[in-house]
Amino acid sequence: MSTDLFFAWIGVALCGLGLFGFIVHHHLMRRLLAFNIMGSGSFLLLVGLAQDGRGPDPVPQALVLTGIVIAVASTALALVVLRRWYRVSGESSLPEDV
Amino acid sequence: MSRVIVAAIASLIITIALALAVLERPTPTLSLPNLASTAITPGEAGVLHPITAVLLEFRSIDTLLEIAVLLVAVVVALALREAQPDGADRMGLDNPLLHAVVKLLLPLMLLVAAYLLWAGSTRPGGAFQAGAVLAGCGVLLRLAGTSLHGLERPRWLQGGRVLGLLVFVSVGIPPMLAGRAFLDYPADLAGGLILLIEAALTLSIALALLSLFRLAPPQSDSPAFPDRRKRRRA
Repeated sequence: MSTDLFFAWIGVALCGLGLFGFIVHHHLMRRLLAFNIMGSGSFLLLVGLAQDGRGPDPVPQALVLTGIVIAVASTALALVVLRRWYRVSGESSLPEDV
Repeated sequence: MSRVIVAAIASLIITIALALAVLERPTPTLSLPNLASTAITPGEAGVLHPITAVLLEFRSIDTLLEIAVLLVAVVVALALREAQPDGADRMGLDNPLLHAVVKLLLPLMLLVAAYLLWAGSTRPGGAFQAGAVLAGCGVLLRLAGTSLHGLERPRWLQGGRVLGLLVFVSVGIPPMLAGRAFLDYPADLAGGLILLIEAALTLSIALALLSLFRLAPPQSDSPAFPDRRKRRRA
């Protein structure tokens, strides 16, 4: 295992951790955090895989930069929806979630 | 308990699958970094920094759709907004130290945002970083209790959220009239056009992020119908 792939391996671990948290937790805020951890893992995987012995690659980095902005927007939107849901129902998790 | 087992199995499967994908990765047949750096010969592309070139020159449609996604998020958040005034006094922390720090930091943050926008063409920086810093200014002002109503009231600043997308599309269409591809700007104008797009994007991104922050009003934290609240199972 080369040190070039260090970030890719961290990304793999974060993806697994994020998915675990996403399934285990009921609370929507925790789910959102877990989802973001999973997203960060996939970003690290994308950037880390590209620098396999060839140094930084601008193309995946630009793609990840785009992805980060989308992730920020979707997280903010999820927070707005989540708070609205809490305001309307008084619940912090979904009813069909047992 | 069974949920933990399911989660453990699922995350184990995905981790192993990703690890196999990393281990069995194919060797690339062409080098993208070299391709990108040869494409940015001075005079050919409008910008000299590879990431900015990829974002706004080679794969500009990604960036166009990205600002569109940001806009859609704001529109949905606006639709879910509660009809209640966003009182600055509810969120502002009445702290003289905070006000003093904001007064000191604000000009610096504006300067950093302008620098990041300008630096994007030659070194790390660009519209998204600058827009994030600008939005950070707005959030800081908001937390310090400054009402941003004056900023959000005028129609032309509401339209500022759309400006980035509008400028991007209106720069992209003229090349099509000349028989070129969408967003394939002429090489001699590319530098100026990219800076124009980036300036419009910075404003739109800052306003969009700030709107998303503003649309979650602080006083809505208590449920509207407390009687509906059920006891959470232990």
